[in-house]
Order: sequence, then C-alpha cells, then structure tokens
Amino acid sequence: MPQIPEELLRRSAEAKAKALGLPVEQVLAEMRGEAPVTEMAAESVVVPAPKFVPTTPYQPVSEIPPDPPPPDPASAPPAAVTTVAEEEPAETPAAPTPTAEAPAAEAPPAAAAPEATDNGASGNGRLAAVVSVRPSAPPADLPEGVRHQRLLTVVKARAIQQVKADPTDKVNTWPHLMITEFTALLAMTAFLLVLSVILQAPLLEAANFNATPNPSKAPWYFLGLQEMLSYFDPQIAGVTVPTVIGIVGFMMIPYIDRNPSTRPSDRKLAIMLYTIFLTGSATLTILGVLFRGPGFNFAYPWVDGVFFDDLKDWVDFGGH
Amino acid sequence: MSRQNGKQGLATKARTHAADLMGRVWSGQFMESMLRPGSPFKKGYTDTPRNRSYVIMNNVLYHLHPVKVKRHGVKLSYTLCLGGMSFFLFILLTITGIFLMFYYAPTAERAYIDVQALSTDIAFGSLMRNMHRWGAHLMVLTVFLHMSRVFYHGAYKPPREFNWVVGVILLLLTLLLSFTGYLLPWDQLALWAVTVGTNMAGFVPVIGAQVKFALLGGVEVTAGTLLRWYVLHVLFLPFIIVIFLAVHFWRVRKDGGISGPL
Ligand code: HEM
Repeated sequence: MPQIPEELLRRSAEAKAKALGLPVEQVLAEMRGEAPVTEMAAESVVVPAPKFVPTTPYQPVSEIPPDPPPPDPASAPPAAVTTVAEEEPAETPAAPTPTAEAPAAEAPPAAAAPEATDNGASGNGRLAAVVSVRPSAPPADLPEGVRHQRLLTVVKARAIQQVKADPTDKVNTWPHLMITEFTALLAMTAFLLVLSVILQAPLLEAANFNATPNPSKAPWYFLGLQEMLSYFDPQIAGVTVPTVIGIVGFMMIPYIDRNPSTRPSDRKLAIMLYTIFLTGSATLTILGVLFRGPGFNFAYPWVDGVFFDDLKDWVDFGGH
Repeated sequence: MSRQNGKQGLATKARTHAADLMGRVWSGQFMESMLRPGSPFKKGYTDTPRNRSYVIMNNVLYHLHPVKVKRHGVKLSYTLCLGGMSFFLFILLTITGIFLMFYYAPTAERAYIDVQALSTDIAFGSLMRNMHRWGAHLMVLTVFLHMSRVFYHGAYKPPREFNWVVGVILLLLTLLLSFTGYLLPWDQLALWAVTVGTNMAGFVPVIGAQVKFALLGGVEVTAGTLLRWYVLHVLFLPFIIVIFLAVHFWRVRKDGGISGPL
C-alpha cells in the first residue's frame, strides 16, 4: 500500500485549501479520508473558470455517475499524472499525437479530461492540478473505463509547464515535406543522369609542364576573380576583394545588418547590394568563361569560338 | 504421368514454401525487429495522425527532421529545395566518387591513363565520371543559389546568424572540394587551371607564398601535389564538410525551423 509522505500531503492540502478557500486542517482530514468530502460547485473552485477542475478529491472525471462513493483513500496510487486545466482552448486543435519537440510533461497520457491532452503550446493555462489515477479496479457501480482521480495538489501552471513557442501553423513532415523532398531528389537524379549521358566531361591531353595552353583558365567559379585580376593589380583583386570581402565580410553579414525586418520593402539597401554582387559576379564569370580568348584577351564566342573546355561539348557557337 | 504429377507437385510445393517463408520473414520477428512502430513499411500500417508522427519520430529520419514543420516551409516556392538539393548532390557525388576511386590511382604515371580508361573502357565509367563532374559543378551552383535565397529572405537574421557563418564555411568547403577534384584527371585542363588558381592564392600579401607552398606541396604543381590534393579531396574535405553539415542541419532545427513567412 503506497504511502504519501506527510509533508507532500500537507503541501498539497495547503495548496488545495488555498484554492478552495477552506481551512487546511479540514482539507487534510478529507485527504486522509478522515472527514467527509466538502461538496462544491465546479465553478467556484478555480477562479478563471477552467473547463476541467477536479472539485473534490475523489470525483471521477467526465461521464461521472451521480454521487460516486468515496473510494478508500488508503489505496492512493503510486503514479501521479499531470493534468492541465486550460483557461481557454488552445488556438491549435488538440493534438492527439505526441508532439515532437514538446517536453514529455506537456503531453500527459490521455488519462484525464480530453482538454488536458492539449500540447500545452498555448500557455494559457492558469492552474494545473497534479492528479493521480487510481490503477486499482473502480467500485462496482462505476461504468467500465471510468477512472478515479485524486487531487494531490494545485499548482500554478507556469511552474510545471515550460511554455516555449507560440502556436504556429504546422503540418506533419511525413508525408507533406518528405513527398516534396523525394520528388525533388528523383528529379535531380534524372536530370543529372540525362545530362551525363548527353554531355561528355572534357579530358584533354596528358598534363605537360612544358606546354602552357593559351588561354589558361581557372575553374568557372574562380573565373570572376581571374577576370578581376586582369583589370586590377593582383594585390587588390587577388587578395583584398576575395578574401577579405568575400569570406570574412560574408560571414559578418548577419552582424552588420542590424535591421530586424525580413520584409523586402524594409530591406531595400541590403537587397540592392546583394543584387549588385550577384549580377556583378555573374557578369564577370560569363565574361571570363565565354569572352576571353588567347592571351586572356577579349573575344567574341560566336566569332572566335569558346575557350572553356568544360563547355566545349555543350553548345556549338560556330567560329573556329 | 505420375512422374509429371510428382514434378509439378514439387514445384508447387517449393513455391508455397517460398511464399510461406517470405510471409513469415515479412510479418515475423525479423521484420518486427527491423522496423520500428509506425514504419510505413510495417504490415498493417494505417494513415493516422499518430503514425504520421511515428514515421519520423521512431526512425532515423528524426536525426534530420522534426515531426512537424511550418506549413509555409513545406512549400517548394519558399526554399526552392536548394539546400536539400545541395545536400543530395553531395550524396550523389559521394556515391559516384567511390565508384571512381575503384579505378583511379593518384600518381603522375597512372592518373591520366586511369581517367582515360574510365571514360572509354570501364562499364558505366563514363557515366559515373560525367555524373561526378557535372554534379560537382551543379553543387557549386546550388549552394551559391541557396545562399542567395537565404539572403533574399533575410533568413540569416537572429537567431540564425551563426548558421549563416556555418553556411559560408560550407560554401568554402564546397569550392575547395570542387577545386581539389579539378586536378585529379591530370590532363592539361587540370594542370593549368590549378596553376592559375593557385597563382591567385600566391598574391595574398605576406603569407601568400607560404599558402601556395602548402597547397601545392612545393613551389609549383608536381606529382606530390596530385597525391596531396587527392587525399584532401577524398578524405579530409569530405570529413570536414560532413561535420559542418551536421551542425548546419542541427542549427536549422534548433533555430526554430525554416525562417519566415516573410
Ligand atoms: C554544402 C552546402 C549547404 C547545404 C547542403 C545546405 C543545406 C541547407 C538546408 C537543407 C537547409 C534547410 C532549408 C533550405 O533547404 O533552404 C538550409 C538552411 C539554411 N542555410 Fe544552408 N546549406 C549549405 C550552404 C549554405 C550557405 C553557403 C549558406 C549561407 C552563407 C547557408 C545558410 C543557411 C541558412 C541561414 C539557413 C536557414 C534558412 C531558413 O531558416 O530559412 N547554407 N541549408
């Protein structure tokens, strides 16, 4: 027979007495089963008029048959379940499934009233009751499935609930996100397969340290830099621009841009600067790839041909 | 006559036994132990809200995805799937890259011949090589575009500042992976593109010469550079990028999922 420690019983009695406005000793006696239970209307118990309030220690939840006999308090259960009395219904419909990121305590097993299984994300609950569910068989005149609940204590909701997030419109990852991802994955594989069947990757003559090809070009993602090197002193184009601005500067963007808004209309400068960067690097890269011929001199691809071996098989621009 | 009957009986018997065995494996202890509760491959899976949660929560997918995501984040038009595509391309590159490794030796004598053989002789060699090369180019592109979409959404703003930093490191690693791979065919294109590229690194003031020396393992591209870049390309850089990818994905979730809506 599980025994509730004296100080716990006392603490819950004090809390309950405070909530009900009764003397502590009386509640304590009720809890011990030494005194008859004070009958009270549900509404009078908790001020913010919750939907589910365990009024008396031994009142079964919902589908209550009239006048249940007080069960033996001595059979107080070992398992305590947290039930949350909600002041208002949450904005999101109660999730019948365990929610992923919710701490375990926020999703009690559906032992108590249905509203108690709300995922607790709304944080509207003012009061929570620690209620224990009696695992033993209910008295004979209770219908099958109705369980007794025993109020142990009444605590402030915030004390036992960690309210972290505002409710948001969410959907299940499976199937909604995973279907999209899987489709994208198949499409990408198909695209790459077709591309690789059609276009042969370049392979020139074996490496020869004594024959420098003309022009010599870097891979395309560095060609913008190479292009800049042909305009500026290498000390500037090869160093300051790419390393300082390109790497450190890029990493610092979130710490430089202190504007908290994400609305495009509030970020005109940021968007303009990035668009300049984007079009600038695209232009330089295209120039470097297509419009540079022998000696890295300017050339028209439709006149002189394409001097970029990765692109040789792609498009026939004529020329040459 | 009876012989024929006997034969037929045997075949039927074998078939029923096979079917029976399959049935037992499928619904038996093995499948039961392999598939966790809520797996859609499990017998008797029903499409209930609870099972939808279990598909993620009870499976290895939980390492990548939360059970629920914001409705607007699922829309293709928000992320354009660019981050996901970058990651998927990385996986494709790993698979095709392993295939290439079977047939490639990073020595000055063999590298070129091996790549030539891959392009002409080896079954699926040409396809694998092409997929690896075009996939690498494509990944640089998708990562860059992903960065741009993140910028235009302002998705780097608090609390996601640090994930942007991680992202820039990922971009650098992607470029380095691509660049180190560029040398491996050991043809004229590889040799001189890398020469030009590393010459640009040599322009870094003060430490430029040292950086270039460390990259090349010498003052210019040599056979030693080939081995060095091979090891970087197939071992070191993938190892590092996987670590940063793990941090990146973790932070996407812990920073509150996909940003927005705008
Ligand atoms: C190997 C390269 C990369 C991979 C595989 C990758 C993957 C991903 C994925 C899968 C997401 C989820 C949302 C989406 O798909 O857009 C994401 C989000 C994000 N990524 Fe990346 N990423 C990479 C590089 C980068 C780079 C270069 C940056 C920026 C410099 C970056 C910054 C971010 C940020 C800030 C988010 C959060 C976006 C949001 O919440 O809307 N990532 N990344």
